[in-house]
Amino acid sequence: MSITRDEVAHLARLSRLALSDEELDHLAPQLDQIISAVAQVQEVAAEGIPPTSHATGLTNVFREDEPAPCLTPEQALSGAPAVELQRFKVPRILAEE
Amino acid sequence: MDELITMTAAQLSAALAAGEVTAAEVTAAHLDRIADVDDRVRAFLHVARDDALARARDIDRRRAAGEPLGPLAGVPVAVKDLFTTVGMPTTCGSRILDGWYPPYESTITGRLRDAGAVLIGKTNMDEFAMGSSTENSGFGPSRNPWDLAKVPGGSSGGSAAAVAAYEAPLALGSDTGGSIRQPAAVCGIVGTKPTYGGSSRYGVVAFASSLDTPGPFGRTVLDAALLHEAMSGHDPMDSTSIDAPVPPVVEAARHGDVAGMRVGVVSEFSGEGYQPGVMARFTEAVELLESLGAKVTEVSCPHFTYALPAYYLIAPSEVSSNLARFDGMRYGLRAGTGSAEEVMAQTRAAGFGAEVKRRIMLGTYALSSGYYDAYYGKAQQVRTLIIRDFEAAFGQVDVLVSPVTPTTAFPLGERADDPMAMYLADLCTIPADLAGNAAISVPCGLADEDGLPAGLQVMAPPLADDRLYRVAAAVEAALEDRWGHPLLAEAKGLIAK
Amino acid sequence: MTLTYDTVSYEAALGRYEPVFGLETHVELGTRTKMFCGCGTAFGAEPNTQTCPVCLGLPGSLPVVNRLAIELTIKIGLALNCSIASWCRFARKNYFYPDMPKNFQISQYDEPLCTEGYLDVLIGGKTVRVGIERVHLEEDTGKSLHVGGATGRIQGAEYSLVDYNRAGIPLVEIVTKPVPGTGFLAPEVARAYVTELRDVLRVLGVSDVRMEEGSLRCDVNTSLSARGSGVWGTRTETKNVNSLRSVERAVRYEIERQAAVLDAGGRVIQETRHFHEDSGVTTSGRSKEEAQDYRYFPEPDLVPVAPAPQWVGQIRASLPELPSARRARLVAAWSLSELEFEALRNVGALGVVEQTVAAGASPADARKWWLGELARRANDSGVEVTDLPITPAEVARVAALVESGALNDRLAREVIEAVLEGEGSPDEVVAARGLAVVSDEAALLAAIDEAIAANPDVAQKVRGGKTAAAGVLVGAVMKATGGKAAAARVRDLILDRLA
Repeated sequence: MSITRDEVAHLARLSRLALSDEELDHLAPQLDQIISAVAQVQEVAAEGIPPTSHATGLTNVFREDEPAPCLTPEQALSGAPAVELQRFKVPRILAEE
Repeated sequence: MDELITMTAAQLSAALAAGEVTAAEVTAAHLDRIADVDDRVRAFLHVARDDALARARDIDRRRAAGEPLGPLAGVPVAVKDLFTTVGMPTTCGSRILDGWYPPYESTITGRLRDAGAVLIGKTNMDEFAMGSSTENSGFGPSRNPWDLAKVPGGSSGGSAAAVAAYEAPLALGSDTGGSIRQPAAVCGIVGTKPTYGGSSRYGVVAFASSLDTPGPFGRTVLDAALLHEAMSGHDPMDSTSIDAPVPPVVEAARHGDVAGMRVGVVSEFSGEGYQPGVMARFTEAVELLESLGAKVTEVSCPHFTYALPAYYLIAPSEVSSNLARFDGMRYGLRAGTGSAEEVMAQTRAAGFGAEVKRRIMLGTYALSSGYYDAYYGKAQQVRTLIIRDFEAAFGQVDVLVSPVTPTTAFPLGERADDPMAMYLADLCTIPADLAGNAAISVPCGLADEDGLPAGLQVMAPPLADDRLYRVAAAVEAALEDRWGHPLLAEAKGLIAK
Repeated sequence: MTLTYDTVSYEAALGRYEPVFGLETHVELGTRTKMFCGCGTAFGAEPNTQTCPVCLGLPGSLPVVNRLAIELTIKIGLALNCSIASWCRFARKNYFYPDMPKNFQISQYDEPLCTEGYLDVLIGGKTVRVGIERVHLEEDTGKSLHVGGATGRIQGAEYSLVDYNRAGIPLVEIVTKPVPGTGFLAPEVARAYVTELRDVLRVLGVSDVRMEEGSLRCDVNTSLSARGSGVWGTRTETKNVNSLRSVERAVRYEIERQAAVLDAGGRVIQETRHFHEDSGVTTSGRSKEEAQDYRYFPEPDLVPVAPAPQWVGQIRASLPELPSARRARLVAAWSLSELEFEALRNVGALGVVEQTVAAGASPADARKWWLGELARRANDSGVEVTDLPITPAEVARVAALVESGALNDRLAREVIEAVLEGEGSPDEVVAARGLAVVSDEAALLAAIDEAIAANPDVAQKVRGGKTAAAGVLVGAVMKATGGKAAAARVRDLILDRLA
């Protein structure tokens, strides 16, 4: 067993996924199976091999500090589920005490 | 069947330029075809009927006025629904983005519009490009035009199906682990994963940023090259875009030739799990290359067998971060009540499908403190080993070849809740994604068992995309000579009707 | 459950514990555009008018690094005596928060642009070297307006309204090493460090360093170690410390608070605390039941930054004179003690004094005017000395007039006053008001004779050797000339007359 149901529940919280008990029951063994399979990478990756985060080999790609057109506030807010005072309206940020 | 829809993009381009047909007629013919068959193929999530016709008429006006127009002017192109498009929704096959109209255009669709291409609609896909069958779409699966009970592959299954079903001559896809090549193979068309950084990711909704590569679909090698050339080139909006000339892919596609070329057969990609009919067609294709003058050798890439596990750590890790933004605060679905944190969690639970959730959690796990080194860190080392395998191989040969995917199109539902089985579809395509190489899928015949298409994968070093087309065009020409017609002509049912 | 403890006086706390502090300072760079997109960075713009797909984190958008932001960060690193990385990467810091459009912040993790530097700060004439652990670059977040509940605070709000204008503004984080061994002075040293850092950043021209607008923000880490134990205690991180005075107060408060907890046998909890300007206390922030796991990994949308040595060399060559070098230079040139220098710096008069000297005044005269009369005037009107309507050249001219004997001190003050009132240059004021010292010997002698005649007793005393009594006669002459005579000269002439 590489991952427990409790760990899966913790991952769900960390990932902001409100999963039902049934979903957790279903996902936990699948994740366990996948994690066991991908752990194969540990067989070959020996010390001294540099990690590759990117295959291009590019460095120093910059833009100059030149202004570019912005969206209008209407465009910026066009997809918002709720808007007030030209701002994105979001639920209260802290949970109730 | 209307003749206009069976013409290749190259033929349409010539006919349009010669004034034999108008863009409006070409567009209308494809829109009619979509209206006719798409209730069964379900390739499209959105058809831009009015907009496409208006743009086609505009092209016709400009052509009549004598404006110089590019080769794709007036040619319809279907767009995978993860390119942001102004005036068309962009859902990425996810309920969480249902109805989202982006306020900006992707670099590639912008370039195609500027080149006069007619974007006729947005195609179905596995949710956020995670999958190999389109069954992970939040809006239902697409079907394989060869057999409607089979999957069209994925994640760009809608684009592949649209091209195979003559709903569009060309389509845009994106390839992260095989999402262009595998559906191209199982739909019997041509699909290319360009060199990473050769095609802009700006406005391509991210799945795994270090792997995502937009690319073309066509029914012929030349058509794929035409779209490849039109969509490629440096983009200052994408930091990972390569500032180098686009490889001469159209030129190469017009001059298929493998005489003297050194071709390596990847020895790791055969054996258990490979459908005999797929291997038979692949072996014949290799023999064909030899008969055309290529020097074929077997090349071992020992770390390719670790590509799949490395991929299923790297891609989910990036996914867990890339998809964090879908939280119901600024756009898309908002579900549930309570605090922002609670609404985020309920929105994501309601808006994402099972596979996306699996990968987000897998990636969250792989990046967690205490696990990072053992999983993500190791996977990045494997990535280095795979790049070294490629470098060693390309020291000996000009291109590598393998089957595209171990099997032909599988039945809808067969692997839907068996993620490990589904992941195997990308076994042969993933190494090129991890290394950033260029690779193409070109049809090489039908498997004897089920009469469904199999594909030949050709892989080339970064920025040698033209080699793919040189080889693929030679194979295509020789096989069509042998068959006496394009492979798609053998498709039964839907297409022949 | 919240435990409360008796308070402990600062002195008592320091008797038993040695404080260790560290600072994390965030500086908004003064670039025209944001860190990863071309949106403007103006403070106070209408909400959501400076946003684009990139800084809104819209699906499909991609960041591209602002070259100037890298350059300014290297500049800061060099000014803080840091090593500049030859190769480094951005990393994603993953956590969900509504003011962060992507739910990750592009930052730097284990590969910061600048490392291992220091900043010397002067405190009571003594130098304290504050180690700099790292200087890295990241993006700022949006700003939330909390609606409902009390006084716009996040606590008890019904909902929030988010403006992403600030999201993506380049933010440099400067992290000190822990600073032990400053004892009683810890709060002052913390403040002096931020003051010195602000001066450095201002001289570098990398930021407008306005704490009140949030372009310079501090988090203060504080821990206590029982005297003689050599073991550092658990540290707290105090946020929302938004003025120099608050830096000092926050460290002091945390020392007292933690001492009280430890005295009572309690345990200091590793947590984020919030400083309250009004009451000067810190309160516990969000409880970290689940330790934050930011899941850092290299930002796959960006490529590594590898500053070429030539580029770093060019930036180094472009560095202006830094406050510490300037201090050394001026202290030597003007023969000042460190304390005198600090007095000048604290009044903010270094620049004007330097310019006054450059315009010909002696350092002593320049200091005397700016630190004395002018500092008093500025203080009375609640402005900075540099904001007074008088130029260093004008001050130098007044000093020159005194030096030549054309003005005496009283007249000079009158001239300065008139200049400040807008009556014109010192020479114009002297001419218009007829303020020149009476230097006509004959006129002076007449006035002296008159004074002697009017005060025969005094004259007799002076003749008898009590020269101190001459002051009465000098006063009479000064009165007679309307104060326009040079008092010392008058005295000499009187003594001559009565010799």
